[in-house]
Amino acid sequence: MTKVCGCESHVDEQQLFLELEKVLDEYKNKEGGLIPALQIAQGMFGHLSQAVLQRISQAFDKSYSEVAGVVSFYSFFSTQPRGKHVIRVCLGTACYVRGGKQVLEALKKELNVDVGSTTGDRNFTLEVARCFGACGLAPAIMIDEDVHQRVKPTKIRAILSQYAADTAEVEKA
Amino acid sequence: MLNIIVDNEKFQVEEGTSVLEACRKAGKTIPTLCYLKDIQAIGACRVCLVEVKGQKDLVASCTMPVSEGMDITTTSQRVRQARRLVVELLLSEHDGDCQTCDRNDDCELQKVARDLGIRHIKFSGARATRKEDRSTPALVRNGSKCISCRRCVTVCSQIQQVSALVPQYRGFKTIVGPAFSSQLDSVTCVQCGQCAAVCPVGAISEREQIDEVWEALENPNKAVVVQTAPAIRAALGECFDMEPGTLVTGKMTTALRKLGFDAVFDTNFSADLTIMEEGSELLSRLKKALVEKKDVALPMFTSCSPGWISFMEYYYPDMLDHLSTCKSPQQMMGALVKTYYAKKIGRKPEDVFMVSVMPCTAKKFEAQRAEMNASGVQDVDVVLTTRELGKMIRQAGIDFASLEDSEMDAPLGLSSGAADIFANTGGVMEAALRTVYELVTGRELPFKNLHVTPVVGLEGIKEASLKFEDVLPDYSFLEGVTAKIAVAHTLKNARQLVEKVRKGEASYHFVEVMTCPGGCIGGGGQPRTTTDDIRRARIAAIYKEDEGKKLRKSHDNKDIKQIYAEFLGHPLGKLSHDLLHTHYHKRTRV
Repeated sequence: MTKVCGCESHVDEQQLFLELEKVLDEYKNKEGGLIPALQIAQGMFGHLSQAVLQRISQAFDKSYSEVAGVVSFYSFFSTQPRGKHVIRVCLGTACYVRGGKQVLEALKKELNVDVGSTTGDRNFTLEVARCFGACGLAPAIMIDEDVHQRVKPTKIRAILSQYAADTAEVEKA
Repeated sequence: MLNIIVDNEKFQVEEGTSVLEACRKAGKTIPTLCYLKDIQAIGACRVCLVEVKGQKDLVASCTMPVSEGMDITTTSQRVRQARRLVVELLLSEHDGDCQTCDRNDDCELQKVARDLGIRHIKFSGARATRKEDRSTPALVRNGSKCISCRRCVTVCSQIQQVSALVPQYRGFKTIVGPAFSSQLDSVTCVQCGQCAAVCPVGAISEREQIDEVWEALENPNKAVVVQTAPAIRAALGECFDMEPGTLVTGKMTTALRKLGFDAVFDTNFSADLTIMEEGSELLSRLKKALVEKKDVALPMFTSCSPGWISFMEYYYPDMLDHLSTCKSPQQMMGALVKTYYAKKIGRKPEDVFMVSVMPCTAKKFEAQRAEMNASGVQDVDVVLTTRELGKMIRQAGIDFASLEDSEMDAPLGLSSGAADIFANTGGVMEAALRTVYELVTGRELPFKNLHVTPVVGLEGIKEASLKFEDVLPDYSFLEGVTAKIAVAHTLKNARQLVEKVRKGEASYHFVEVMTCPGGCIGGGGQPRTTTDDIRRARIAAIYKEDEGKKLRKSHDNKDIKQIYAEFLGHPLGKLSHDLLHTHYHKRTRV
């Protein structure tokens, strides 16, 4: 999967659209190809903008409303630009009863953002998810592709420090 | 055949029948909200619950097929309580301002709640509040009333293949509508109104324009003229609880006079005119192709149905030259009323107010197209649907059923039977052939009763061919030519036909397309809810109207001859070009 973060603005968007065409060529005639194509596009662009979604809907010969219906159904898809790292706090049953909500509150306080929002330095986006299938590790959070298990509010700072923004980048920004 | 028991009585039904249909055949009444026979059976609303012996839970009868020996109970305390609970839950989320709702007295949810005897709603809590969507000229969406039955979703995707309306988000936050929470004008929608035609509640309706008409009727400085489409006369009666298929042409005319219109004209007249223009256009295209060997766009597609026009502009912008340049009968009438007729009564175009009554919501959009101002002002000021005219008549306190018959006004009120059948699928084709064949051969169309039987009926795509022999000298280029024709209704079938033409898999000379199932008689503005049985009843009424007339062919209409002699000159002439023909635009799909 191509993975380019949306905040790296030096990546030419036109170039990304050219790469998107290759992805669309591969998936547009495949049964059930829409969701993988959307996932890859989100990985490339960082989020799914109207322009990207309209291009995808044309390629798949589906209406924009239909594609939007899929995108808005799944919480993993985002139509808003997101931070360099996406934190997903599981609030599935097991995580919820083992303190997922306290972990979420602690993250909100630490990052000073609400659910669905991105930090001022565009480093973190905070989201809520339902069950990663890691109930034995509850409460769990995911940062990008990494699952962190048995998270406690007191451990949060240490976890986040692994993903701290590159100071040089922050200064540049 | 399977043996089943319904409420302790034995019945036999065919295998594959749903429990719902089996029970209905057995004479039982089972309420439904999301179900649409032959179109949608998804068990979404849960109102059709029944008991099946041996099943632990109640089952949604619309999705459950019958099986041998099945023992069904349609009415028991358990069933009634469950249905009641389901409807109470729906009502707890529904914006129920019934007294001021467009669907008051015509609402399926209201009826189900009444039939189940619901007296109070146990549940209170969050309600979805949605902004009203008035972004298009034709339709108004009120999401707060939506019960997520998905009927509109299914007709928009399965019948029209446009998919403007799709469930967005999920759970309690679900919105049935255009992409994300946008408005209808931000996605591709042809405004056919089939969504409004199937909506069980007041969530999608036409943009009501009744008050604009009342205002014009009160204005002493305006001559207010009305035209009614062929499909209205076979459906308006249903607004007054008459049987589907009751012809009310004469009562409708009387009612319109009582409402205060200064002149009552017939869109049928301009349908006859359309045949003169479109028939001549077809012959001219054939001549260019066969004699002058020019590269001319064939087949020629009919252009009466504004949803179909938008569809072509969005989906096949490279094939717009296949569309006949003829305006729709509504717009031809508008142009004539504000030029020819205005002059006759000594009024300026801006002092004439033209109202159309159409079975269609897309006509509201068509009237507002920038091209539709041949008279210098907007040719058709307001378009009312059949339902809106029904409401106006009620508002005026007119007892419709007791009205005497009367005739439409001259000089734009006389029409042939060929114009009547513009209302149903296959009708424009038949009307055109009645004239074209006779122009070319000098003989009457060789079909019993003048009906082109292969293109009659509700089949999705119909084809026929007709050989020209012993033609008149002017048309010698058609000697021995077999004209190939096709007829499609619904945009799904139209798309299939256009694709065939595009890929070279079929070659036709002339193709009729109507946007709505069954043609205009099944339009988005007709009394709710249109089923195939109702479509057949309305079509039968239309053919009866046609056959009951002495005048069956457009070119025999003396007032059509008169308007050419006195005003227009000849078909495809300069004035025809200016007033009766139009052009189309490429639109970008979203």
